[in-house]
Amino acid sequence: MEFVQQLINGISLGSIYALIALGYTMVYGIVKLINFAHGDVFMVGAFIGFYSISVFHLNFFLALLISMVACAIFGVVIERIAYKPLRNATRIAALITAIGVSLLIEYGTIYIRGAQIEAYPGNVIPDVTIKFFGVEVSSQSLFILGVSVLLMVCLQFIVHKTKIGKAMRAVSHDMDAARLMGINVDNTISATFAIGSALAGAAGVIFGMYYTSIDPLMGIIPGLKAFVAAVLGGIGIIPGAMVGGLVLGVIEALVSALGYSLWRDGVAFIVLILILIFRPSGLFGKNVREKV
Amino acid sequence: MLNIQNLNVYYGNIQALKGVSLEINEGEIVTLIGANGAGKSTLLKTISGLIKPKDGEILFEGQNIAGKVAQSIVKKGVSQVPEGRRVFANMTVEENLELGAFLRKDTKGIREDFEKVYNLFPRLQERRKQQAGTLSGGEQQMLAMGRALMARPRLLLLDEPSMGLAPLLVKTIFRIIQEINDTGTTILLVEQNANMALSVADRAYVIETGRIVLDGTSDELNQSDQIRTAYLGGH
Ligand SMILES: Nc1ncnc2c1ncn2[C@@H]1O[C@H](COP(=O)(O)OP(=O)(O)OP(=O)(O)O)[C@@H](O)[C@H]1O
Ligand SMILES: [Mg+2]
Repeated sequence: MEFVQQLINGISLGSIYALIALGYTMVYGIVKLINFAHGDVFMVGAFIGFYSISVFHLNFFLALLISMVACAIFGVVIERIAYKPLRNATRIAALITAIGVSLLIEYGTIYIRGAQIEAYPGNVIPDVTIKFFGVEVSSQSLFILGVSVLLMVCLQFIVHKTKIGKAMRAVSHDMDAARLMGINVDNTISATFAIGSALAGAAGVIFGMYYTSIDPLMGIIPGLKAFVAAVLGGIGIIPGAMVGGLVLGVIEALVSALGYSLWRDGVAFIVLILILIFRPSGLFGKNVREKV
Repeated sequence: MLNIQNLNVYYGNIQALKGVSLEINEGEIVTLIGANGAGKSTLLKTISGLIKPKDGEILFEGQNIAGKVAQSIVKKGVSQVPEGRRVFANMTVEENLELGAFLRKDTKGIREDFEKVYNLFPRLQERRKQQAGTLSGGEQQMLAMGRALMARPRLLLLDEPSMGLAPLLVKTIFRIIQEINDTGTTILLVEQNANMALSVADRAYVIETGRIVLDGTSDELNQSDQIRTAYLGGH
């Protein structure tokens, strides 16, 4: 039963990775850039949620919403200022810029508010232990899972059913052909950054609530792991990021359950190395050709 | 309808179009023929706003559209079927057609145009839920044409629609080009298949290494010895 509990914890954690991984994969799908500043947008989201709850006494859902909107705007600002001028530059130039933006956000945050750790209020949503069939699950784990799944369903709806979603798929497949349809490519790319960043913001608030402590460098490790999750699923493929995140979360939980919790953080990178060796296009590469 | 004056286009330092002038009247089919690398696609891309010219004018219904963004040119009524089809392979036939109507808001008109396109290409209707990437080359060409028509263009630019198709299919495609023109759409047709192109076109231009070297009615060009030896495989 211990095992099932760990599995459920793993799925909750994995759904947070998945939310972050979606931003990596969507941005990669459309501009072929690994946005290394994405983990820091997640961190900023966590702080915005924190201040909304602890300073402005808002409830969880309002805090989540505010964080998502603020991160969406933040993501677009980053794209317009840092990445858009480099759209025709080499990929390595854009990549180095992304690393620079990442450091700027991390140390900018430290400059503004200091490096001290902040504790998320613990009572944001009720934490009770639910028992069924002898398995004990925390209500928070289920809640995280529920919110993440809901956000992913919304994303699928946007990508497949709305005009902007169709524009995103078209641009990611063929930018010039999309232009010939009258699609505004710049706006579509910005929308992609906005949506990906909003999801990272949501992940930040959920993460803060679950793990309770946040700090300006908290985005680095989850950011890297979400990147691994995106590669695991097949970079550029939306369902791949979802599955990749969940698989990675479960693997980490199982490694802990087997008594190797010290290895937990290392496992993601072993996974990365293994995929790059055996299946560089990821689990969903090749057969599913859905890129955004 | 379209009046191009002295258009110069560069890729870096390489000049791809050298003082190109060309005119298309409303209702015409005009063909532009030339060998590989002559600059045909460059001209269409420049008209559509994918490439910005260094100088020169592109007047569409009296307005200069040279250097405007692609979006506004589509809005004005110029659509392009690009070389190599460029359908959205990961989307269904229906979604591709919807994207063709991206800038339109008249739901009713769009629905009518879906009907029109499906009438013109019954094959597309049969396959409307199929991923465009799984269509045959000919079907993709039909889809690319249908997609461009969904914008309800007044001027349609076609870049080598016969490329890579079997002779029978080429005939069908040219018949449909004629039909599209009969319903009032003006057409600029880029082709290497000069025989077929001259058979449907009213007038023709010949381009060589970025320069227009000859123009005239299709009949005139069909008679021209220079054209017969260079482009029609004649003697
Ligand atoms: N993106 C580019 N960068 C640099 N040069 C280019 C580019 N695109 C085309 N060219 C060059 O411009 C010239 C004209 O190319 P273009 O594609 O317009 O020819 P084309 O007449 O359409 O040929 P084809 O019949 O093979 O399609 C060629 O010499 C080509 O090498
Ligand atoms: Mg060409």
